[in-house]
Amino acid sequence: MEQVGQRKIDGLWLTVVGIAVLFFLILPTLIVIPMSFSGASYLEFPPTSLSFRWYVAYVTSPEWMSATKTSLIAAALTTAIATPLGSLCAYGLHCSAPRIRSAAQILVIMPIVVPVILIAVGVFSLYAKLGLNYTLTGIVIAHTALALPFVIVTVMSGLQNYDFDQELAARSLGASRAYALWTITVPQVKFSIQTGAFLAFITSLDEVVISMLVSGGENATITRRMFNSLRDQLDPTIAAISTCLIVVSITALIGVQMIGRRKDKAQ
Amino acid sequence: MSIAETYEGAGTLQNASTLKSEERREKLTFLGLSMPAVLTILIVVFLPIFWLSSLSFFNAAGELSTENYTRIFSSALYRRTFVVTFQISIAVTVICVLLGYPLCYWLTKMPNKTAAILMVFVLVPFWTSVLVRTYAWLVLLQRNGIINSSLMSLGIIEEPLQLAHNLTGSIIGMVHIMLPFLVLPLYATMRNIDGDLVRAAVGLGSSPRGAFWRVFFPMSLPGLFAGIVLVFILSLGFFVTPALLGGGRVQMLAQRIESTITVYSNWGAASALGVVLLLLALAMIWLMNRVFGLDKLFMR
Repeated sequence: MEQVGQRKIDGLWLTVVGIAVLFFLILPTLIVIPMSFSGASYLEFPPTSLSFRWYVAYVTSPEWMSATKTSLIAAALTTAIATPLGSLCAYGLHCSAPRIRSAAQILVIMPIVVPVILIAVGVFSLYAKLGLNYTLTGIVIAHTALALPFVIVTVMSGLQNYDFDQELAARSLGASRAYALWTITVPQVKFSIQTGAFLAFITSLDEVVISMLVSGGENATITRRMFNSLRDQLDPTIAAISTCLIVVSITALIGVQMIGRRKDKAQ
Repeated sequence: MSIAETYEGAGTLQNASTLKSEERREKLTFLGLSMPAVLTILIVVFLPIFWLSSLSFFNAAGELSTENYTRIFSSALYRRTFVVTFQISIAVTVICVLLGYPLCYWLTKMPNKTAAILMVFVLVPFWTSVLVRTYAWLVLLQRNGIINSSLMSLGIIEEPLQLAHNLTGSIIGMVHIMLPFLVLPLYATMRNIDGDLVRAAVGLGSSPRGAFWRVFFPMSLPGLFAGIVLVFILSLGFFVTPALLGGGRVQMLAQRIESTITVYSNWGAASALGVVLLLLALAMIWLMNRVFGLDKLFMR
């Protein structure tokens, strides 16, 4: 009897903590959305009047628009480069000898685990020699290196669930290596490749530390401008920009979840 | 799996050796396919860090010396930075465990579908920009922000608390950013624990609490450990949140490196700090690889 009571108390305690932690995670993430529609000239929550004034301020500001353009172009180019390079790399490593594979896996995972400030400072000094600071090319190269591990990891785990004999069968029936890869293997891991592409896009779009040092002038990214602006004051325009970024992130997350569901169905 | 192995028995010896050399060439082609990505990472990540590390062994006059290191270890300012960085990283890791472990345990007791829906509460912040979340905390924690105003209207405090632009703010913000990194590996491990084992322990006369501590908890340790190491590594080198929520009062290692370069242009000292941070991170990565296996990241 006593034990059952104890169990109930344990269960209740756990539920309260669980719900509290979930709210702690989600509320601060979403709170900027209602704030961005505030009509007041300063940040307030809950907003006393509603308006689109901060969205108007965002889209009519040439600086914010130019930064948005830079970020979107950089993210699109990063995705366009990192997705094929990372997928090829995953395929190559998957087919390599185990010893080479495990060494290479540790190497390609490094951009995620090495403190990003070190990569940023290193890239900044390298670019100073090459004249790549404050250029779109420079941002895209650095972001590609950061995004590659995500593509490689997702595509490799996709390849692990794929029966490689199918490609061998195609080749034994006369298909060339490249043809078999393109028509047999790629369609079967396409969900992993798409997930990797989403991750690459978000990685580039949300990247702050490298952009802070390496981007600037005409080619300042939106995160760099936001970071600098937040150092000085709490501009409500940033609530509107943040809401836009949240919408992009959640869209990407939904995309990945739907890919996962389709993948489960297909298997 | 390889063509050479498949045909070796059937074909003549000569055929087999041609196939063998063919296979070797093929293996090299595979490596070639990986090269563009591997080279990009080597050139963008490894090369600059090695070059930077080498800078730390030269003094201002360009002579080989350990001056930079003796300076960063003898200067009170830099020592303070190390102490603060460790204090914050440990505090953040401990709080993440205290919040994350009960959450994961609670989620594993839910039916699969409910747990999947509740995981959205973890995944949405995980996918949302760090900058956006830090901004939200700046707004929430400011002097006339919602936390202070609600505490005051409830009569719990008279004066607004100083929550942002200090250590408290940095820790709150960092815990929010780091928590998903603890929850995701821990939850994955807990989901794979066979619930029948705990029920068997209870059936054999253990109390539910005893079964939890002696059966469930030890089996969740690999995931917990992976999460702890991940949170600790990321905290050690974290820049954005302490830079904004610390309001200049909190100087962690990453900010010290940045300001040493952008404000003082002292590349020698900055790179020595960088080398120390790198070694700390690599030691952690090595530890994680030993206990958890980094290649597990490549599996579902």
